[in-house]
Amino acid sequence: MTGTGLRAKHQRLVLLGVALAVLLVAGLLAAWALRNQASYFYVPSEILAKPPEADRSVRLGGMVVRGSMKDAPDGVTVNFLVTDGKQQVPVRFAGIRPALFVEGSGVVAEGHWTDGLFTADNLLAKHDEKYTPREMQGMTTDQAHKAIAETK
Amino acid sequence: MLAELGLAMLWLAAALAGLQLVAGSVALTRDGEGLGGIVRPVAVVQGVLAAAAFASLIWLFVQTDTSVKLVAENSHSAKPLIYKIAGTWGNHEGSMLLWVTVMGLAGGFVALVERRLPERTMMATLAGQAFVSLGFYAFLLLASNPFQRLNPAPQEGNGLNPLLQDPGLAFHPPTLYLGYVGLSIAFSFAIGALVTREVGPAFARAMRPWVLGAWIFLTLGITAGSYWAYYMLGWGGWWFWDPVENASLMPWLAATALLHSASVLAARNALRAWTVMLGVVAFSMSMVGTFLVRSGILTSVHAFAVDPRRGGFILALLAINIGAALVLFALRAGTVTEGERFEVTSREASLVFNNVMLSSILGIVLLGTLYPLVTEAMGVKVSVGPPYFTPMSAVFAVPMLVVLAIGPLLRWRHDRFKRVSLVLAAPLAVTIIAAIGFGVSGVTSTMSLIALSLAPGLAVASLLPLRGRNLARAPLSLWGMVIAHLGLAVALFGMGADGAFTKERLIAACVGESVDVGPWQVKLGAITPVAGPNWTALEADLVASYDGAAPDHLKPQSRTFWAPPQTTSVSALHTRWNGQLYTVLGEEAHDASSAAMPTGRWQLRLWWKPFVPMIWLGGVLVALGGFLALLSRVRQDLKRRTVRARGDIRRGDREEREAA
Repeated sequence: MTGTGLRAKHQRLVLLGVALAVLLVAGLLAAWALRNQASYFYVPSEILAKPPEADRSVRLGGMVVRGSMKDAPDGVTVNFLVTDGKQQVPVRFAGIRPALFVEGSGVVAEGHWTDGLFTADNLLAKHDEKYTPREMQGMTTDQAHKAIAETK
Repeated sequence: MLAELGLAMLWLAAALAGLQLVAGSVALTRDGEGLGGIVRPVAVVQGVLAAAAFASLIWLFVQTDTSVKLVAENSHSAKPLIYKIAGTWGNHEGSMLLWVTVMGLAGGFVALVERRLPERTMMATLAGQAFVSLGFYAFLLLASNPFQRLNPAPQEGNGLNPLLQDPGLAFHPPTLYLGYVGLSIAFSFAIGALVTREVGPAFARAMRPWVLGAWIFLTLGITAGSYWAYYMLGWGGWWFWDPVENASLMPWLAATALLHSASVLAARNALRAWTVMLGVVAFSMSMVGTFLVRSGILTSVHAFAVDPRRGGFILALLAINIGAALVLFALRAGTVTEGERFEVTSREASLVFNNVMLSSILGIVLLGTLYPLVTEAMGVKVSVGPPYFTPMSAVFAVPMLVVLAIGPLLRWRHDRFKRVSLVLAAPLAVTIIAAIGFGVSGVTSTMSLIALSLAPGLAVASLLPLRGRNLARAPLSLWGMVIAHLGLAVALFGMGADGAFTKERLIAACVGESVDVGPWQVKLGAITPVAGPNWTALEADLVASYDGAAPDHLKPQSRTFWAPPQTTSVSALHTRWNGQLYTVLGEEAHDASSAAMPTGRWQLRLWWKPFVPMIWLGGVLVALGGFLALLSRVRQDLKRRTVRARGDIRRGDREEREAA
């Protein structure tokens, strides 16, 4: 009545085996993809040392250098420098800025790195209740303790 | 006084949960059966007490009684009434009280109405429910007392996070909680069935309405949360793979799998151990979600608790509940006998496939969400975002959607693919035509193209089970399935359309200036200051005309709250049948040479999003499908119960007559 004798006898085992195999594949796939993702978040000195490909969307975190914020004539684009205390990189953002995005504060920019310029699609400002990226929490101890200390 | 009364009721409810656990367990032994009689009433009273404690907290918030610490920290007398009430659960303690309230009421409800299972299984189920509840009562009473007093009482409260002052907040968390906690019932049923070795179709039938109910609320909660993020954040995105969003998605994935495997168990007596396992996993995911969101590990608008002790407490609860359930499962899995068999081409097999794919997506999301926490413990900071989640979940979602088109057409147990292949030609043709059509018309994103091609075919396939039937006579549960699957296709189309067709404009415009975005012409009419109860704002009057038609007015704001002081942009949307115009007002543009000079130009961000509202329409359809299925189940059960009751009466009459 059901398929081959062997399968009928051990259907439960076969099902279990198939399910485990697929889940294992899913796990391995996730592990592989996560290893590639490990460099999703950068600070300026890292992005200069190991630049990501231009088509990868990555995050750049650091402090906005005081006096570096320049508004473009179009009224919506802003250029500024982000530093981690060691290196600084230029960032360009066109859009509506989060309320707490000011010079000297921490920022995480989401976007692409092309030819020495970080083009941000989105800015996540520190202390912004909308979203405080978790990478910013450790910035004090890890990368930019001095820079943050003076903004507090 | 009310705060003390609320606390006392909470302690009493916790004590009753303890009694429910002890009495339920003793009732399982040979000598203790007499105690079984009190378990159901105790469960009901426990639920009522928890609800009364929650009601007193709501009342304290409505009164803005600042001598209660929680009220002082989270409320403000000038807040509109609805946000005073919503503020009750807009914080850690209040939301945990809501959690135990829902849990208590759900347990009480089960105790009151569920009569289909053997009484021993019910005792074990209610004891299991009490065990889980006790942990959360302990957490509430020992580590997060919502009724704590403050001395001296401050004059005024701190106010509520402006982002949370939104009508969406009033319903989003309670909806999700009903879903999360509803799954605790499935968990308890699984425990009850394992303890009494009653894993079978009756168990699945009893559990199914509860899973369905929880799943409907989860679906609605996720849909509402997604829409809330869409219009509240002003980023125009609808899903960010934020850990908090993932925390709600994971229980939904598990519940979806559980729902389908419970159907197989109820109808065909197969997939026994698997269904029990999923019952455990689904609620575990709810608790993992709560742990992630509430522990303070993740910083977001949802993370209220920054006290690491609380995180540890939830983690311990998590470990105890999941650990105990898994140990029980390991001990009893051997006694769960193998169910009915089926072939590779059968409805069971396609549901197994769907289950495995859902579990794989669950695994992908879980690993991606936990990975940053693991690496952080080892000192490396990473964050995992859409570039990981979207393609990785699509790897499993796409085959699942394909099988979703085929599965409902197959017969139970054994079928031939040849029988359905002719019928399937229609959705296949639609998919191919859509793929060619959208490909030629210039949709370049692979993900969008896959979604846009699959969705129409899936929509056609989801309607196929109705073919050749008298539509008026088709069973309600069939309609439920059809509508839920159709909703998935509708949502999928919206997701694809967002990536493929969205048009965006970002400019600094003077008053009177016109901007084109897609087929829309948008004129900045005026900028005016407006004031609300606890905020002031600049409001833009945007005169938007679609393709030369009569104009509509949109009024996005840049709003400044004064308690706590914070600025947010409030977007304005206009919905048409074929899409949504999305507008955001920024700040006044700075002059390039001197930042202080006013320029009279205002930053505007405009999106034309064709068909994007289909995402949430689809979500609502999915929930509606679930609701119809639930309605049909409940109706069947009621009918069966009345028939049985009538039979009892008739039998009683006959016996009387014979005796006389």
